[in-house]
Amino acid sequence: MKKLINDPADVVPEALRGVAAAHPELRVDHQRKIIYRGDAPAQGKVGLISGGGSGHEPLHGGFVGTGMLDAACVGEVFTSPVPDQMLEATRGVDSGAGVLHIVKNYTGDVLNFEMAAELAAAETGIDVVSVVTDDDVAVQDSLYTAGRRGVGVAVLLEKIAGAAAEEGRSLSEVAEVARRVNAHGRSMGMALTSCAVPAAGKPTFDLPETEMEVGIGIHGEPGRQRLPLASARQVAEYLLDSILVDLDFAGGDGVIAFVNGMGGTPLLELYVMYHEVVTILEKAGVRVARSLVGPYITSLEMAGCSVTLLKVDDELLRLWDAPVRTPALRWGL
Amino acid sequence: MTAQVDVEALDRWIREFAGLVAVNKDLLTQLDSAIGDADHGANMDRGMTAVVAALNGTTSASVAALLKQVGMTLVSTVGGASGPLYGTFFLRMATASGEVTTLDGPAFATALRAGLEGVVARGKAEAGDKTMYDALAPAVEALGSALAAAVPLGEALRGATRAAEGGRDATTPMRARKGRASYLGERSVGHQDPGATSSALLIAAAAAALAQS
Repeated sequence: MKKLINDPADVVPEALRGVAAAHPELRVDHQRKIIYRGDAPAQGKVGLISGGGSGHEPLHGGFVGTGMLDAACVGEVFTSPVPDQMLEATRGVDSGAGVLHIVKNYTGDVLNFEMAAELAAAETGIDVVSVVTDDDVAVQDSLYTAGRRGVGVAVLLEKIAGAAAEEGRSLSEVAEVARRVNAHGRSMGMALTSCAVPAAGKPTFDLPETEMEVGIGIHGEPGRQRLPLASARQVAEYLLDSILVDLDFAGGDGVIAFVNGMGGTPLLELYVMYHEVVTILEKAGVRVARSLVGPYITSLEMAGCSVTLLKVDDELLRLWDAPVRTPALRWGL
Repeated sequence: MTAQVDVEALDRWIREFAGLVAVNKDLLTQLDSAIGDADHGANMDRGMTAVVAALNGTTSASVAALLKQVGMTLVSTVGGASGPLYGTFFLRMATASGEVTTLDGPAFATALRAGLEGVVARGKAEAGDKTMYDALAPAVEALGSALAAAVPLGEALRGATRAAEGGRDATTPMRARKGRASYLGERSVGHQDPGATSSALLIAAAAAALAQS
C-alpha cells in the first residue's frame, strides 16, 4: 500500500510537527504527544481532554481550541495513548475547575483513561469526571461484547460539551451535558475498502471489489456483516434502519444529522449520501435541525462513511451553534 | 534445598520474555490482524524494549522494586489494552511480593496469582472469553498444584508452560467476548487469541529463565 510518509515509525511524531507548524495557536508537547490549546489552562473553566489512537484525524487533535477541547492525547496509530499522557494533560488544562475526560468505548482507551483517573486521584487534587461514549448501534449484543463502540458522537459531544465548559459551567454540569449527548446519539458505519496501518504496510482485512463491510468501527476492524456492494440509497437505508429502530428520533426539536467520511471517500460521495439520509429522515418524520458533512472521525485511508444522528433540544442546539475555533471546526469566531 | 527466585533471576525472566516477544513480534501482529487491529506485536515489542532499557539503567534493590519498574514501564509505553493489563499484572505481583530480595517457589506462584487477579480486576475477563486470562489462569493453577505436590520449581514451571500453551490453543475455537475481537462475534471463532499467545510466552520465559533457580 502506497503511503505519503518517510518512515512508518516516524508517522505520528512527524505529523505532530506539522500540526504545530500549521496551527501556531495550539501548543504541542512533542515529547509526551499532547496537543494543547495555546492558552491552556484556560482560566475559570472546566478543562476538557480526550485522546485516542492516531489515524482518526481530525479527531481529536483537530478539535482542540476555543469552544471545544483543551487538550488531546495522541496515541500510536490505532493504539490508545498511555495513562502518563492523560495525567499530564489533566494537570496541564486544570485551572481549578476540574477536568472532564472524554473516552470512546474501546477497551484500550477505557483502561488507559481509567488508570489515568486513578493516578490523578492519587497524585493530584484535581477533580476528574470521565464520560464514555458508546453510540455504535452495529454492536447489538452488549452482553457478550465489550459494549457499543464510541464513534461519531464523540465529534458532536466534544463540540457541545466544549461550549458548555466555555460558558463557565461546573464540572458536574458539563459532564451532564456530555452524558445527555451520548444518550441521545446513535451511529452506524460501513466500509468500501480496508485501510493499512503504516507499520503493517498492508490492508488490515481483505474486501473484494464486489463487497462492502457494514457495521464497522473506526480501527480497520471488520464489521458486523459483509454484504454485496450496494448503491448509496441502499446503504443509507441500511444504516438508518439500524439507527432509527434503536431510538425514537421523531418529534421534538429534531436532530443534528452527521454524515462522516472514513478518510478515503470524497465529499462528492458524502453529499450523495447526505441527500439520501435527509430523504429517508423526511419520510420518517425526523426534522433535521443542523447538519455536518465531511471526514471528521476517520480510519486512515478507508473508503466508506458513517451516519450519526443526535436528538437535540433547544439547549443542545444553542451549544452546538456557539462559537468554536479549532483546526477542523470553526464558526462564529 | 528449596529453589529461590532472586532479583537476578526475575531480571533474567523479563529479558527472556522480551526476547521471545521480539522473535514472535510478527506472529503476534498477524494473529491480531485477524481479529483485532494488527498492533499487538509492535506494541508489546515497544514496551518490552523499553523495559529492558529501564532494567539496564538501574539496579533493583528488591523483587517488588524490579516488578514495579517493569509494570510502570509497560503502562507508560505499550498503550492499547495490553499496556494496562500487563502493567497491572506486574504491579500486583510487586505488591504481593513485598520488599524482599528472594521468593521461594510458592511465594513466586502466589505473586503470579496476584498478578492474574489484577488482570481480572482491570479487564473483567472470565474463563472462555478468549483473552490472555485463558492462558494465564491454567498456568497459575498448574504451578500452584505442582508446587503443592512438592514438584521442583523448574519442572513445575515446565508444566505451567504446557498448561499456558494448552490454554492458548484452546482460545482458537472460542468466540471472543472481550476487547476488540468481541465485535466480530462468530467470526472470531477459528483464530488464536494474540493476548493468550503473548501470555503463553511470558510463562515459557519463566520456565526457561527460572528453571535453574
